[in-house]
Amino acid sequence: MEYKSSELLRFTTAGSVDDGKSTLIGRLLYDSKSIYQDQYDAIKTASEKRGEENVNLALLTDGLKSEREQGITIDVAYRYFSTPKRKFIIADTPGHIQYTRNMVTGASTANVALIIVDARNGVVEQTKRHAIIASLLQIPHLVVCINKMDLVDYSQEIYDQVHDDFESFAAKLDINDVTFIPISALVGDNVVNRSKKTTWYEGPTLIYYLENVHISSDHNFIDVRFPVQSVIRPYNDDFHDYRGYAGRVAGGVLKKGDEVMLLPSGFTSKISKIQGPDGEQEEAFPPQSVTILIEDDIDISRGDMIVRPNNSATVAQDIDLMICWFSSDKSLQLRGKYAVLHTTQEVRCIVKEIKYRLDINTLHRDMENKEINMNEIARITIRTTKPLFVDAYRKNRITGSVIIIDEATNNTVAAGMII
Amino acid sequence: MSYHINHLKELESESIFILREVAAKFENPVLMFSGGKDSILMVHLAYKAFYPAKIPFPLLHVDTGHNFPETIKYRDDLVEKLGLKLIVGSVEEGIKNGLVTEEKGFNAMRNGLQTAILLDELEKGKFDAALGGARRDEEKARAKERFFSHRDEFGQWDPKNQRPELWNLFNNKHQFGEHFRVFPISNWTELDVWQYLAVEQVELPSLYFSHKRKVFKRDGTLLADCEYINKRPEEEVFEEVVRCRTIGDMTCTGVWKSDAATIEDIIKEVSTTRMTERGGRTDDKRSETSMEDRKKHGYF
Ligand SMILES: Nc1nc2c(ncn2[C@@H]2O[C@H](COP(=O)(O)OP(=O)(O)OP(=O)(O)O)[C@@H](O)[C@H]2O)c(=O)[nH]1
Ligand SMILES: [Mg+2]
Repeated sequence: MEYKSSELLRFTTAGSVDDGKSTLIGRLLYDSKSIYQDQYDAIKTASEKRGEENVNLALLTDGLKSEREQGITIDVAYRYFSTPKRKFIIADTPGHIQYTRNMVTGASTANVALIIVDARNGVVEQTKRHAIIASLLQIPHLVVCINKMDLVDYSQEIYDQVHDDFESFAAKLDINDVTFIPISALVGDNVVNRSKKTTWYEGPTLIYYLENVHISSDHNFIDVRFPVQSVIRPYNDDFHDYRGYAGRVAGGVLKKGDEVMLLPSGFTSKISKIQGPDGEQEEAFPPQSVTILIEDDIDISRGDMIVRPNNSATVAQDIDLMICWFSSDKSLQLRGKYAVLHTTQEVRCIVKEIKYRLDINTLHRDMENKEINMNEIARITIRTTKPLFVDAYRKNRITGSVIIIDEATNNTVAAGMII
Repeated sequence: MSYHINHLKELESESIFILREVAAKFENPVLMFSGGKDSILMVHLAYKAFYPAKIPFPLLHVDTGHNFPETIKYRDDLVEKLGLKLIVGSVEEGIKNGLVTEEKGFNAMRNGLQTAILLDELEKGKFDAALGGARRDEEKARAKERFFSHRDEFGQWDPKNQRPELWNLFNNKHQFGEHFRVFPISNWTELDVWQYLAVEQVELPSLYFSHKRKVFKRDGTLLADCEYINKRPEEEVFEEVVRCRTIGDMTCTGVWKSDAATIEDIIKEVSTTRMTERGGRTDDKRSETSMEDRKKHGYF
């Protein structure tokens, strides 16, 4: 039995607190008829209990007790819906600065980011912070939803102003595809249904955009990268000498018979077999999870990487990173020691240098005040205890990313993108 | 370039990746098995993830003693077929030896008692990771879950203070006595699960398909008539053609009027229904944040 092959688009919301992110997601789900009757009844009852006049669509994603008490989003909510064209995974993230780490969580795997801006307030610091994060994460497409147009009489002038402000800020960032849409999440203008009140706007509705944006895959199909997760050894008579390397292809296309090189040993061999979830397969590419068997008996274990002899990842111990710092109780310590996770490796590192702190408002690289507190973005160099097999984040999101962990608390204190 | 896999294959690959991470990063993981389709999917994915080796962790079933007999039979057959180890945490035993106290009254259910038994089993087995088949599309508190979800030494979830989770880099560091819940099928929807089970031709318990059953109505939901539920005098038992959309304890799992006799029928039904699958779960209806409250205390 076969199902129509559906493409999966992951998108995230971003933008300052109260600008209407959750309401927009609720509206998108409601107008595209993706809400179940019992879900609708539940939020209707909850809205009435809260004394709200209308059904509060933000309650579809703001499901935690404390979120409902405070009327803000605290942590990412994931929602799913599909149209005949695509399947969508939505991450609705918090705008409150205190929860920036949760915004990064939702955004790290997105193909598209919706940046919501309250038309009355325009581009504020938190809008800029999220735009910077989206650009660091290399989210390929941004949609700036200029929201609450109902509160500014659907004024084209105000729309243009916000549009220009954002554009001039984004020009300084590494963002190539930005679309602007005037919307009202509350009333539903230009979300699923085209608004009659913005006749001056000729672009797509949000749903049209999401269904049609070209996601020329996020994956790198050129450079073979296969981080080994584990070794599969059945220890039974039928598969006596079986030794397979399990992993998820992080880049490139691996084919049976291909010559490969192993990191860190540098030994070369040939792929003898690729075992996929449905049996043997001829080739493997991202994001497939497979098991690779090779011709020679080479010692390989978790953390090693399979590449091609003429196209290796960089083997490095001194690594330059852009980081977003999450810890509320401690700032980044120069010469401090941390644990680092990268692909399937875990190592320790020392912070060798803090190069600069990025000023969110001006994008100025501050080399004087280099105290990195919660939610700050900085460029640093770390030295790891063991070599990592890395690529620049812009070349490969999987082999180009790390997380940094404070070993005293076990908390994840930073996300890092390799330069 | 035409390298492209469809969404079911992408979800499968993501889940396999996570199952393998768990096996590699934790010392002593266990898979929580309820007998429902999501647990069955988990076992199926785990089988693929480690093939041709055996699934490298045992199954843990918290048995309320109020399960549909079909569930128990299915479970035992599966364990036998795959040569797995099964651990059964028994609510019945827990009540006998005073670990938990039975609820009383008309809506009495053992669903809440499962948590204490589960935590007890996790502690006894020194498990540092418990794999669960919960999905984010099921319920609003579950929509907030991480793949790797930290639990403190009391097994509690702190939804206001979850660790960030970036890309595919999972921080599983924890103190002694703490553990993780891991949810490899977080991103699957109910429809995805059914479509995948259909494509893979996975055998399923008969409860999911329409059958005749003695039922009665309570608060707008049909419940299976069984010895474990105290009926009110006015609650009349009648026969109906029904099926289960989720399978849990008999006392809280609603059954649905349905003619869906094959998996294709189910897919058709699920893709047009206006109700969520947990819409018939009386355990979720106890309050607005009933799932969140239970999860905070360590529920699945
Ligand atoms: N008039 C009007 N009000 C809106 C619109 N969109 C959202 N709101 C209101 O703005 C308030 C905040 O909306 P939310 O959707 O919770 O905002 P948010 O961006 O999700 O907030 P956080 O997640 O906490 O950052 C609510 O009172 C909404 O009803 C809109 O288009 N027009
Ligand atoms: Mg919100």
